[in-house]
Amino acid sequence: MKENPMGNNDIITAIRAQLGEPTLNPESKSGRRAYLDIPAERLEQSSRVMLDEFGARFQIATAVDTAAGYEVLYHWALDENDCVVTFKILLEHSTPELDSIALMCPAAEWIEREMWELMGIQFNGHPDMRHLLLADDWPEGNYPMRKNHGATS
Amino acid sequence: MSKRTIIPIGPYHALQEEPEFFKLHVEDETVVHLDIELGYNHRGIEKLSESKTFEETIFLVERICGICSTSHPLACVQAVEDAGNIKVPERALFIRSAIGELERIHSHLLWLGLAGHFIGFNTIWMWAWRFREDVLNILELLTGNRNHYGMMKPGGVRRDINKTDIPVVEKLLDDLQDPIKMFRDAVIQDPLIHARTKDVGILTLEKAIAYGALGPTARASGYDIDVRRDHPHAAYSMVDFDVITCEKGDVFDKAVVRILEMFESIRIIQQCLKQLEKFGGPIDSNPRFVAAGEGIGQYEAPRGEVFHYVRSDGSNRPIRHKVRAPSFMNVPTNRETVPGSTVADATIILAAVDPCYCCTERMAVAVDSICGDRLLDSRDLIRLSCEKTDRLMAETGLSGPSLPNY
Repeated sequence: MKENPMGNNDIITAIRAQLGEPTLNPESKSGRRAYLDIPAERLEQSSRVMLDEFGARFQIATAVDTAAGYEVLYHWALDENDCVVTFKILLEHSTPELDSIALMCPAAEWIEREMWELMGIQFNGHPDMRHLLLADDWPEGNYPMRKNHGATS
Repeated sequence: MSKRTIIPIGPYHALQEEPEFFKLHVEDETVVHLDIELGYNHRGIEKLSESKTFEETIFLVERICGICSTSHPLACVQAVEDAGNIKVPERALFIRSAIGELERIHSHLLWLGLAGHFIGFNTIWMWAWRFREDVLNILELLTGNRNHYGMMKPGGVRRDINKTDIPVVEKLLDDLQDPIKMFRDAVIQDPLIHARTKDVGILTLEKAIAYGALGPTARASGYDIDVRRDHPHAAYSMVDFDVITCEKGDVFDKAVVRILEMFESIRIIQQCLKQLEKFGGPIDSNPRFVAAGEGIGQYEAPRGEVFHYVRSDGSNRPIRHKVRAPSFMNVPTNRETVPGSTVADATIILAAVDPCYCCTERMAVAVDSICGDRLLDSRDLIRLSCEKTDRLMAETGLSGPSLPNY
């Protein structure tokens, strides 16, 4: 393992201090995983802190359709601390909108396109928003990863 | 200004297992822009997974890729184990790492062979695949299959490694050392291969980090990441190995990283087999259910980190299962590495990130909409690449790598 200057819990404490003490989700069972609740409007700023201050590696993002709304999870690897920090952002079903982080983090460009076309999350300020996996003529407003997809109303 | 031509490579092409569509924007012979389209092979695995039980999910993700057919299951079972707090017996951890490393050797040999083919050294192709066959034989001996081993399950592995098989595997591994040394010398010392691959398709460290590049693609650029060491899983915290990195990030460095990694893989397997003599006992903790929760599984596949995220609500099916293969991060780096190169070099640069190959020998034709048709199929691209090698041979008087000592 690389030299680990801080224990897992110390790095998570340091990150939370920089991000304005977001709630540590009870899912964070060990120091190797931390799930933080981040408000949508703080995503861009918080991502910048992860990249610039902590040298985190953007792994991927996951959109989840839950009863409470759409959850968008941003997974950041801290390779020197054996830790994965996940931002949890809850969006209302009626307004699934987020600011894009693709300009500061090119690694996020494709996955934001994927989350838009499969889950219907709108990313404001994305440099190249078009279909990634689905056909260009895929019907508008048809998001296959949503739980109600295919349900007859 | 010279006329701009768009040369499409794909969607079906010999360089890729999955159909992908690269549009090379070309002025004269120089690529000035690259546009990547994918989705031709989208199978909806994540959606499908929501309708499977956790046990079935492992078989499903095993079929995402034929080459890394143990990487996805391993990352997936680790995600499930993380979500449900499931413990795994030590013996199973060593078996997981041994199978994973065997897969890495066969995958790197496969890449080495194809890379040799694309730049016109078919001898390397044939020899690399000949020794890959030995690795597949070991895998068949241990798992019953040459590919799609079906070894991983939440809580352990499905099949033990027999005591009587261990000496056979050890002998095959010993026999593999010399051929890999032969490849190392043939590729690393050959001036003609230097001419074709050095300073070609450079991915800088800065860009590798920005794009989140993974695996040998990242390590060739000096981006020192390897989840086997950085986020220990399976038996990797209990064995000794080095993470191979290079500096420059050109095609040559990507080849060097892969070749040297094979020696490390052999070391890891040898240590795992030794440990299996010590750690008897169960190979499976037989979990009966997966508790509600969220889990992340990471595994260093031959191409880089495979990432699985699983959310369980306490039932027997995942309510969300996210899969991120390494090529998803590595393929976009071609936007940095291909522009500025010639069409003859684009073949090997696109191939250098090792975007899952297969035997699909078809591609779309290239049509210039301005000045009429220009047809290039996969054979033409490989021919262009081979011609460049021939031209270099004539100019330098060199004959290319020979494999005389075996």
